[in-house]
Amino acid sequence: MSPVTARSARHTLPRRGSSLALGLLGVLLLACLAALAHTTWAQRQAARQPHLSAAMVQALRLTDLALFTEARYTRHLSQADTFSAFQDGPVALEHLPAGSLVMPNRTFPPSGFADAGSLR
Amino acid sequence: MQHWFNRQRYLIDYTVAAMARQRGKNLGLWLIYTTLIFVLASVILLGSALRREAAQVFQGSPDVVAQGLRMGRHEMSHAANIEKLQALRGAPRVEGRLWGYLYDTSSGANYTLQVPSPHEPQYALADGEAIIGEGVARLRKVNVGRSIYLVSPAGPFLNLKVKAILPEATALVSSDLVLVSDADFRRFFQLGADEFTDIAVFVRNPKEVTKVAEKVTIALRQHRVITKADVLRTYEAVFSWREGLLLALLSGAVLAFGILAFDKASGLSAQEKRDIGILKAIGWDTGDIVRMKLWEAMLVSLTAFLAGFALAYAHVFFFSAPLLEAVLKGWSTLYPRVALTPSIDGVQIATLGLLTVLPYLAAIVVPVWRSASADPDAVMR
Repeated sequence: MSPVTARSARHTLPRRGSSLALGLLGVLLLACLAALAHTTWAQRQAARQPHLSAAMVQALRLTDLALFTEARYTRHLSQADTFSAFQDGPVALEHLPAGSLVMPNRTFPPSGFADAGSLR
Repeated sequence: MQHWFNRQRYLIDYTVAAMARQRGKNLGLWLIYTTLIFVLASVILLGSALRREAAQVFQGSPDVVAQGLRMGRHEMSHAANIEKLQALRGAPRVEGRLWGYLYDTSSGANYTLQVPSPHEPQYALADGEAIIGEGVARLRKVNVGRSIYLVSPAGPFLNLKVKAILPEATALVSSDLVLVSDADFRRFFQLGADEFTDIAVFVRNPKEVTKVAEKVTIALRQHRVITKADVLRTYEAVFSWREGLLLALLSGAVLAFGILAFDKASGLSAQEKRDIGILKAIGWDTGDIVRMKLWEAMLVSLTAFLAGFALAYAHVFFFSAPLLEAVLKGWSTLYPRVALTPSIDGVQIATLGLLTVLPYLAAIVVPVWRSASADPDAVMR
């Protein structure tokens, strides 16, 4: 490298460690602030447009996300009965990956008992 | 003020130069720290976006769903059950829902077959027609106008013409749906004319939902009741602190940080002690040595946290979280293609910051204070 090029290369980068460190911190902070601004903008854009999913949920009377389609108690989390997670047997342990991500519905209903209040 | 600022800059200069002497070690530490924040922040951001989406879309769900139970297992509801509920005050609309699961052996995927409400003409279907979700269309490689065959485990099969494909924008709720006519559904699953999967009840006054749910429970003793609030609560709990993936990841991360903090807090290395002793011997203040180490800890932890968060944001909202897809997908063959609206749960992100940045700061500064307060001669020996 010629002396002129070497001098130019040295001048393009900050010489002081603090300039480099604070510059990096500043850039990352700006990136995070940009993320916050993007979130606000995207939510405003979404609010202006018709929510197709919400309209479909109302029209088709849907109750659950189609996120975990590997089993019925993971596909319809809110509708699953207490038995379906043990579909293979009374002491059958959870074996589907999605079962480790989401808990079963906690509002266990009085299944098959006449007195609705006794189990609550 | 200017003097204070210049002093801090000189301390940072020294800190950066000292860190550059062990470039590999410090870079490796920073990369691991950033990766940890990236993984945790990705899960937090994805969870908050899904929770927000669910809270918005399920506002239109049925106010009450009554589901038949026998021995704790699901049982079909009947037309007589619907008639009982239609007599309830405050519930102007009561409908039986027909929906069920089909495991498609050709694609290895589970579909949800459903009959649309007769009150929605845009989803009206003649026998032999179907409206399918984008995930089903993608898996079976069918377009509008083509045929799709479904085989029931009991034998009957359906040859359906695809009338429409549900929009990709609704994939999160409709990806695995196959909408068919009432007659086709009953013939396919061999159901009687008066059988229904469950009963949807719409309540006129939202404040009366609890009361109507109570009346449904009394009217249909062998049914359990799921309200819209239960549906919303289910998805509010998904990916929360107490559950599943986030808890497992956070436990691992906190444990890793605990080990790091214990290692750091248990004492400095001989080299680090000698460096501090030399600084003290040449006239550095105890306070300046502690400030120098504090700057080192803050530069590493803050830049790692901010970089990890920014990368996680791009990963989830610009690239649809491909690294998490494998975890979420599990054994599912059909997985929706979703572009989520960005959402940041400030409380969770702040908690993540507190749980990762503060322990690291303490782990660096505490042992340094002990050495910096001691006699330089004793420290250097």
